[in-house]
Amino acid sequence: MRRNGPLALIFHTIFVVVMVAPILVVCLVAFTPEGFLSLPTNGFSLRWFRTIAQYPEFIHAFWVSLGLGALSSFMALLFAVPAALAIARYRFRGRDALAALFLSPLMIPHVVLGIAFLRFFTSAGLGGSFAALIIAHVIIVFPFALRLTLAAATGMDRTVEMAAVSLGADGWTLFRRVTLPLILPGVISGWALAFIQSFDDLTMTVFLAAPGTETLPVRMFLYIQDNIDPLVTSVSACVIAVTMTALILLDRFYGLDRVLAGKGDTGR
Amino acid sequence: MSAVAEERGARAPWALTAPALMLFVGVLLIPLAMTVMLSFHDWGQYKGIEPVFILKNWKEIATDPYYAEMFWRTFRIAILTTLLTAVLGAPEAYILNRMSGRWKSFFLLVILGPLLISVVARTLGWALLFGGNNGLVNKLLMSFGAIRSPIPFMFTETGMVVALAHVMMPFMVLSVWAALQRLDPQIENAAMSLGAGPVTIIRRIIMPQIMPGVLSGAIIVFSLSASAFATPAIIGGRRLKVAATLAYDEFLNTLNWPLGAAVATLLLVALVLIVVGSNALIERRYAEVFR
Repeated sequence: MRRNGPLALIFHTIFVVVMVAPILVVCLVAFTPEGFLSLPTNGFSLRWFRTIAQYPEFIHAFWVSLGLGALSSFMALLFAVPAALAIARYRFRGRDALAALFLSPLMIPHVVLGIAFLRFFTSAGLGGSFAALIIAHVIIVFPFALRLTLAAATGMDRTVEMAAVSLGADGWTLFRRVTLPLILPGVISGWALAFIQSFDDLTMTVFLAAPGTETLPVRMFLYIQDNIDPLVTSVSACVIAVTMTALILLDRFYGLDRVLAGKGDTGR
Repeated sequence: MSAVAEERGARAPWALTAPALMLFVGVLLIPLAMTVMLSFHDWGQYKGIEPVFILKNWKEIATDPYYAEMFWRTFRIAILTTLLTAVLGAPEAYILNRMSGRWKSFFLLVILGPLLISVVARTLGWALLFGGNNGLVNKLLMSFGAIRSPIPFMFTETGMVVALAHVMMPFMVLSVWAALQRLDPQIENAAMSLGAGPVTIIRRIIMPQIMPGVLSGAIIVFSLSASAFATPAIIGGRRLKVAATLAYDEFLNTLNWPLGAAVATLLLVALVLIVVGSNALIERRYAEVFR
């Protein structure tokens, strides 16, 4: 295969710079020592990170987001693992339709989901509650949990299970001691990817969150609507740090390229 | 659940999927149906929502030119975003694919990683770079005397398209990248040995083969851009409304839920039709690639 010419490398450099610049600028401005938006040219300062402490609503929103992400991804897995095992192992009528239904939250615009959940939970008397947020997030992260678990269950070596059965393992023991450990990398990556999706979601959550159940993206969005100052950049830098941590976890357990490559065919 | 359960009949898969199925019917299909119903209800400033069946909201959307203009703006922005990602993302994927192993995976990470970073943070970056007199790029260019007044970016459609293209770019690169993986590099060498120049190779060999990847990437980018909320809301502000921000306003500011539900239903139906339609077209046109 031929190598890239100088023109191609110039294009590539500009492309990468433009892709990274907006994210980098947020992280850099977060360290500014000035009282206004500027790059930290006169040394770095943590003053805007300390300022976050004076805004309890941001800290509260952070814990809401963290708890919501962790819980909803875990609950999504409780539903997704059995479903993934069924879809991976059995050929049954309605299998394709079920898989399409389970992946459908990827195709439905989040603004439509937000409206549908707002209508539903308000009439159910759960409007603005944390429980409503959790259930809604279970739905939107479900496809990610399902997809990675499904990939692990499909690629699993079934002869180990047969050996366990021949040695007298019953259903539950088989699942707990053999199947689950074998698909665990997929399950953990599914959890991490689901967590990131839940932690970053704004469009759907903005419809459901009420004061007290506002997540960090929602709090940041509402804050940006009024004014943009270095405070939101330091909060954004923290959000990016949490996402990066989950990314590293994903990369360790699963390989980021596989996760992302799987995410790309949502349109098919 | 047993390893040799395939013969145990058709009950096991249903038992395993039943919890998820009940969850999806109860908390996804029913709310969606309720939203469609809601779009036919009546609403008044003082009486609130009245559960009757009327076409008032749909008539308003069909007759008031405000909605036609808003939907046209939504789709115009989505189309321009899609074109921009295709024109820049496809060559970039091709260049990436020709890099050597370590650089390839490094830059793939750099370009795809942002996919998982908060859209609010990414859009905020654009606002910091180009936001009025305080925008860092504007300040820099003005101090050099390159421009007199700040580049118009915030509250413009151009700004929305650029920021959206940045948010959506990873999807396009990924999709073209996947198409490139199926491509046999020997074909390129064969073309070269037969005397084809680089332009001919790209036009006659590479382009036709990655086109399905570009098109399926375009479908993803288009549908996500047409329903995007965060970027249009932050860059476009309250003046330049798109379908998602309008529905948000109807629900949380005006409180006219039935009208907001009608806008959302229309957006959903339009997107499903466009996505399913163009998917069918692509699969027919490129049937041999998908086989």
